[in-house]
Amino acid sequence: MAKITFIQPDGSQQTVEAKTGMTVMEAAKLNDIAGIEAECGGACACATCHVYVDAAWREKTGKPAEMEEDMLDFAFDVRDESRLSCQIKVSDAIDGLVLRVPSKQF
Amino acid sequence: MAADSDTTAGGGDGEIVTDVVIIGAGPVGLFAVFELGLVDVKCHLVDILGKVGGQCAELYPEKPIYDIPGLPIVSGQELTDRLMEQIKPFGATFHLGERIDGLARRADGRFDLTTDAGKKFNTRVVVIAAGGGSFTPKRPPLDGIEAFEGKSVFYSVRKMSEFMDKDVLIVGGGDSALDWTLNLQPIAKSVTLLHRRDEFRGAPHSVEKMRALVAEGKLRLLIGQVTALHGTDGWLEDAIVKTKDGEQKLSVNALMPFFGLTMKLGPIADWGLHLEENLIPVDTEKFETSEPGIFAVGDINTYPGKLKLILSGFHEAALMSQRVHKYVYPDKKLMFQYTTSSSNLQRKLGVK
Ligand SMILES: Cc1cc2nc3c(=O)[nH]c(=O)nc-3n(C[C@H](O)[C@H](O)[C@H](O)COP(=O)(O)OP(=O)(O)OC[C@H]3O[C@@H](n4cnc5c(N)ncnc54)[C@H](O)[C@@H]3O)c2cc1C
Ligand code: FES
Repeated sequence: MAKITFIQPDGSQQTVEAKTGMTVMEAAKLNDIAGIEAECGGACACATCHVYVDAAWREKTGKPAEMEEDMLDFAFDVRDESRLSCQIKVSDAIDGLVLRVPSKQF
Repeated sequence: MAADSDTTAGGGDGEIVTDVVIIGAGPVGLFAVFELGLVDVKCHLVDILGKVGGQCAELYPEKPIYDIPGLPIVSGQELTDRLMEQIKPFGATFHLGERIDGLARRADGRFDLTTDAGKKFNTRVVVIAAGGGSFTPKRPPLDGIEAFEGKSVFYSVRKMSEFMDKDVLIVGGGDSALDWTLNLQPIAKSVTLLHRRDEFRGAPHSVEKMRALVAEGKLRLLIGQVTALHGTDGWLEDAIVKTKDGEQKLSVNALMPFFGLTMKLGPIADWGLHLEENLIPVDTEKFETSEPGIFAVGDINTYPGKLKLILSGFHEAALMSQRVHKYVYPDKKLMFQYTTSSSNLQRKLGVK
C-alpha cells in the first residue's frame, strides 16, 4: 500500500491510495487523474503516461530501464526526473511519492 | 463478375476492378484474407503503413501477446509473420504506404475507392479493418505548429530537392530522424540533428555515419529539445532549443519532427457512415455497417459487448466472410466445412 500525490500543472493536488503490485499509471487511471492518458494500457508503447518524479523521490523510484528510455524519446518536455508511470511499481517503499503531471502528453 | 472471384487491372482509366478491398492490413485485415479465401473471395489490402501487421507490427513488435488461442506466447511481429504465412495460399494483393481517402457508391451499387496516391478501385464489397484509424506522425505540442505544417514543418519528404537551400532542423533519435539526417545532409544548406539524449535508437551503422559527419564538421548535433517556433505566414524563421546550457535560438527554415506515429480516424469520418464515438456500429451476425456492402471488423467496429481484442476480430472476420460470399456469388450455396476434413478447403490451402 502506498499513498501517491499527483500535482497538476496548475498546482492542484490529488492524493490516492495504491495497492502494492499495481503500477503508478494504474493507480492514476483508477482515480481519474487528469493528464495521464496511458493510451497503450501500460505496455510501455505510447509514452502518454509521462510524469516528473519529485526530487526527494528520484532515488527510490530509480532510473528508467532501456526500453523506457527509448519510449521517453516520444514524450514531450522530457527532463532528468521524467518517468513513464506505467513502469513504476507500487510498493511500501514509495509510500508518500510525489509526482508532477506534465502540461502536455503529446 | 465471372464465376471465380478474381481481379482485373484496367477497367476504365487504369482502375483496379475487384470483389473486395480491405482497408487496413492489421492482424484482423490479414485474417480476413484467410476467411474470405476459404469462400473463394480474393482481396486487395491497402494500408498507409509501409508494412503489414497494424498495431502489432508498429507499436509492439517485440512485446508478448498471451491471449491468442493456441499460441501461449507470441510477439506482435511473430503473430504478423505467422498470419502472412497462413494467408499465403490466397494470393492477396497488398498496396502499402497508401491511404484510402475516398469511398463512394457507384450507380451500379458497387464502390469506388481512391487512395492518396491516386490509385482507384472499383469493388463489390468494402471491408473496413482500420483499427484505431490511419497511423499518422505525432505532432509535437508546440504552440502554433499547425500554421507551419506543409510550408516549413514536414513529417515526411516528397521531394528532397525542396530542401536544397534550407537550414533544416531534424528532431528525434530513431531511424526516421537518422535516415533523413543522412539523406538531406549532402543536399540542404545546413542540417542540425536535435535529440533529447546522446543515445540513439536507430540502426548502429546510421548512428556511426551520423557521428562521423559531426566529427567532420558537416553536421551539427545538439542534445536538447525544441520549446518554441517563430516565423510569419507559415514560414519558419527560428526555433528555440533548450539544451543543458540553457535556451538558444536556432536560425532554421525547415523542421522535421520524428516522434513516432499515432492512430487518427482520418478519412473514414467523411464516408457518410454512421459513427459512434469514432467507431463504426455493426450488427453481430454479419458485421455489416449501416451501408449494405460495407463491413467493419476488428478495433474499428462497435456493438454491444465489443472487446478490442485480436481474437474477437478474427471471429468477426469469419462471420463477415459468409455474408460477403453471398454478395460475390449470389447464386452459389455455401456449405459449412472444416479445414481438417474438407478436401475442397485443403485444395484451396494448397495442402492436398
Ligand atoms: C501495446 C499494445 C498491446 C496489446 N496487447 C494485446 C493483447 O495482448 N491481446 C489482444 O488481443 N490485443 C492486444 N492489443 C490490441 C490489438 O493490437 C488490436 O486489437 C489489434 O491490433 C486490432 O487489429 P485491427 O486489424 O483491427 O487494427 P490495427 O492493428 O489497428 O490495424 C489497422 C490498420 O489500418 C490502417 N488504416 C486505417 N485507416 C486507413 C485508411 N483510410 N487507409 C489505409 N490504411 C488505413 C492503419 O494504418 C493500421 O495499420 C494491444 C495493443 C497495444 C497497442
Ligand atoms: S501507458 Fe503507454 S507507455 Fe505507459
